[in-house]
Amino acid sequence: MDKPVNNRAWFLVLPVLVLVAFSAVIPLMTVVNYSVQDTFGNNQFFWNGLGWFQEVLESDRIHAALGRQLLFSAIILAIEIPLGIFIALNMPKRGFWASLVLVLMALPLLIPWNVVGTIWQVFGRVDIGLLGHTLAALGIDYNYVNDPVDAWATIIVMDVWHWTSLVALLCYAGLQSIPDAYYQAARIDQASRWGVFRYIELPKMSGVLLIAVLLRFMDSFMIYTEPFVVTGGGPGNATTFLSIDLVKMAIGQFDLGPAAAFSLIYFLVILLISWVFYTVMTAQRDRT
Amino acid sequence: MTLELRGVTKQVAGQDWIHPTDLVLAPGSMNVLLGPTLSGKTTLMRLMAGLDQPTTGQIHWQGQDVTGQRVQDRGVAMVYQQFINYPSMTVYDNIASPLRLQRVARAEIDRRVRETAAMMRLTPMLDRRPLELSGGQQQRTALARALVKGAGLVLLDEPLANLDYKLREELRAEIPRIFEASGAIFVYATTEPEEALLLGGHTATLWQGRVTQFGPTPQVYRRPQDAVTARVFSDPPMNFKPVQVSGGEAILDSARWLVDVPDGRYLAGFRAPHLTLEPGAGTLGLSARLDATEITGAETYLHLRHGDDRWVGLVPGVRDLSAGAALTVWLDPAHVYLFDEGGRLARAAPYAQAA
Amino acid sequence: MAQITFDNLAHSYLPAPKADADWALKPMSLTWRDGGAYALLGSSGCGKTTLLNIISGLLHPSRGRVLFGDRNVTDLSTAERNIAQVFQFPVVYDTMSVRENLAFPLKNRGMPADQIAARVDAVARMIGMTDTLDRRARGLTADAKQKISLGRGMVRQDVNAILFDEPLTVIDPQMKWELRTQLKALHREFGHTMIYVTHDQTEALTFADEVVVMSEGRVVQAGTPQSLFDAPAHTFVGYFIGSPGMNLLDAEIQGTTARIAGTTIPLAAPYAPPKGRVQIGIRPDAVRPASEGLPFRLIRTEDVGHHRILRGEVAGAPFNLVVPEDQPIPAAFDRVALDPARIGVFVDDWRIEPLERAA
Repeated sequence: MDKPVNNRAWFLVLPVLVLVAFSAVIPLMTVVNYSVQDTFGNNQFFWNGLGWFQEVLESDRIHAALGRQLLFSAIILAIEIPLGIFIALNMPKRGFWASLVLVLMALPLLIPWNVVGTIWQVFGRVDIGLLGHTLAALGIDYNYVNDPVDAWATIIVMDVWHWTSLVALLCYAGLQSIPDAYYQAARIDQASRWGVFRYIELPKMSGVLLIAVLLRFMDSFMIYTEPFVVTGGGPGNATTFLSIDLVKMAIGQFDLGPAAAFSLIYFLVILLISWVFYTVMTAQRDRT
Repeated sequence: MTLELRGVTKQVAGQDWIHPTDLVLAPGSMNVLLGPTLSGKTTLMRLMAGLDQPTTGQIHWQGQDVTGQRVQDRGVAMVYQQFINYPSMTVYDNIASPLRLQRVARAEIDRRVRETAAMMRLTPMLDRRPLELSGGQQQRTALARALVKGAGLVLLDEPLANLDYKLREELRAEIPRIFEASGAIFVYATTEPEEALLLGGHTATLWQGRVTQFGPTPQVYRRPQDAVTARVFSDPPMNFKPVQVSGGEAILDSARWLVDVPDGRYLAGFRAPHLTLEPGAGTLGLSARLDATEITGAETYLHLRHGDDRWVGLVPGVRDLSAGAALTVWLDPAHVYLFDEGGRLARAAPYAQAA
Repeated sequence: MAQITFDNLAHSYLPAPKADADWALKPMSLTWRDGGAYALLGSSGCGKTTLLNIISGLLHPSRGRVLFGDRNVTDLSTAERNIAQVFQFPVVYDTMSVRENLAFPLKNRGMPADQIAARVDAVARMIGMTDTLDRRARGLTADAKQKISLGRGMVRQDVNAILFDEPLTVIDPQMKWELRTQLKALHREFGHTMIYVTHDQTEALTFADEVVVMSEGRVVQAGTPQSLFDAPAHTFVGYFIGSPGMNLLDAEIQGTTARIAGTTIPLAAPYAPPKGRVQIGIRPDAVRPASEGLPFRLIRTEDVGHHRILRGEVAGAPFNLVVPEDQPIPAAFDRVALDPARIGVFVDDWRIEPLERAA
């Protein structure tokens, strides 16, 4: 169905266009500007072409950070998506308990990132934290400050605690839209629980799942605040993810040129992977 | 107040949704758009309302070209198949809402709301909310909201389709009365031939985006211009059979009757109620096989097979016939239409010419 | 396959029903004959879907028992009851092909693949979808999807009953004819007990051997289409069956005459003097325009093709006549004559029988 064409409508969009220009396009162009120049301070810049890009792409340090980042996102998706679906399937469908569970599920999403980091930083401490202290009391050698595996475990558990709700709530919304008749028909067809999930619930959730995967991928791929607060990227470089490394480079070392090139590559990588996810998943959905 | 469509077409994604259409809807007339699902009824209505723009052609309202005009600026009201009301407002406020948007004076709003509510028999429900009403009352509220504006053009898109059969029957009997009281042009889309007949007025039959015929309802029913119109305007479906005409005589099986058309091949068509189980004066006997019978209490439907063709007959009374049996059905040639090989009407059923 | 019995069955959606209106289904005992074709007819909210869901086991009744043959199935699950059900709106498994959809109920019951294939082919032929068997169900029209739902309902041959919950709602009128004919043919061929819920009298009367009319959670009458039409047990049945419904007029009955607003008309048989609100009922097709009889005021004539409906009033009450297409209507008439043999007498809405049948 098409609508009457009225070009005056563009004026209504103008404020947003201006806002987007200021908030996204102009800063991005500034970064592009830095990425192709070199400076020795005093606001004097030299043309450096694609030199920084080459340096960043060949840097072992960045390759290592990228590897950690990919591993982290993969683990996060592998845990949070199935767990979120599982929780959504087991949430009460209606009534008082449904409302209560919804509120409880939404709580972690309302806490600011740095507070989440601080909570878990304290929670995991061996001397005063409930988790760390309990584990130590049970004789488990847990110390996220010294042990890379413990540090990873802490950050992953923290992210799962923080974000699985989002996946669960999205899936829950998808499930709520399935009419009762589908479940009744499945009972009459004697479908197994797996059959109901595979042929009714999963297809009806595919739309929201696509969104959940995209959001969780992008967010986890850009994670900064929580590991920064909890581990500061350590021990060693064990939890130095791309964004932490980027900040170190840009602010710690003040290497503006390489940092700008790094930012752009980072941005393109996220864009590329998100696009691949989107294409593969929509194709999958249309085929099924 | 006349609504005129001049050479209106609608294409969507390269497909013809509406073929070139000329229609003139007379002031204060009831117009039925009759056709199966996806035949273009809703598309045509949206064009009339101005919700969509025609690909080519113009729409004239009271002699003025309103083709590009916004819906809000046209005096149009529309009622949909789903009952659309504001759930949080009372019936009174629902009916008053279009008048409030037009900034009509409070006393005038009250007067018109009460008047419309009385016409729609909603007076006792004015303080209730739509969800506390039955489906029929909800749809009457939606109708009242459409009528209270005093719009010159009221479009009803299968407004009774979601109602129970009996409620549908009651509202259907009320709509002509409401229409007469309003003085507006009504356009009413339906898939059911019987509904078109009950509403009377004029009927446009639609088939695959084409208006096949437009005229007074009984005339379209009794004198369809072509086989397509006859099929659209028959429920149960019209029965068809190819016949050969030679020497002024039509031949069907062993039956022969006189017709005033040139020799050649024709398609004979006749409606279900015109098949009988008893011979009458001048009737033709046709042998068929009975597939099934359906009893409605007062009448019996016969599902027949004549060669490869499926026929339906409707006879009065309850008939106990066994399925699968061969039987002879009788047909008065006065009830038979002849269509030429292009599907155009070659000879109307003589009974219809007399009527 | 077995006979289905309701033993003092009742249902309420409330945990502690008190008032009469709290019961969606008022206490009833009823038997559904093995192999019968039934229609459950009533307006929306009368409890017909509740009743259907109790048979299929989707709903557990508040009171009473459901028996299949002699076996009490009240506490059995839907799957254990071996029932097929088709819903109002199409339910298809989007990600499966049409073939997989039809095979699903059989596969879940562990039928061998070759038997499944044979059954699916047979059902596909019945619903006319042989050509589309390998298409994915997603993206088909509502018509086609509902045909798949019907097909899935009929694919199992060993079911105790097939239940239909207004299955033709989304189907075009022309297609309704075809599908209904097929359902009847299937019933004849396989002899399953079929229960068909609808608010559409034409569908109910044409489908069923026996129609069960429900109103406000009660069964008001169960009988053949003909008996419902000729001798409705309740004014609701008279109103609900027939289009337009039965004409009802307040009357005083004295022996073999009825007095309506000052005019006396004959009855076919004598009645005992009734107590309560007395009405006579007559079908619109048993009335004809006349020069004597009840005073009638004509309001509107509707040409419905093979007959005409004359809408008007008798003594202030709505009153309709049905006149066949080929029968002329007098230019001006102000009286109507009623066929005495087809007048029914109702006291407080229930039909009463005459003292003796007139010969």
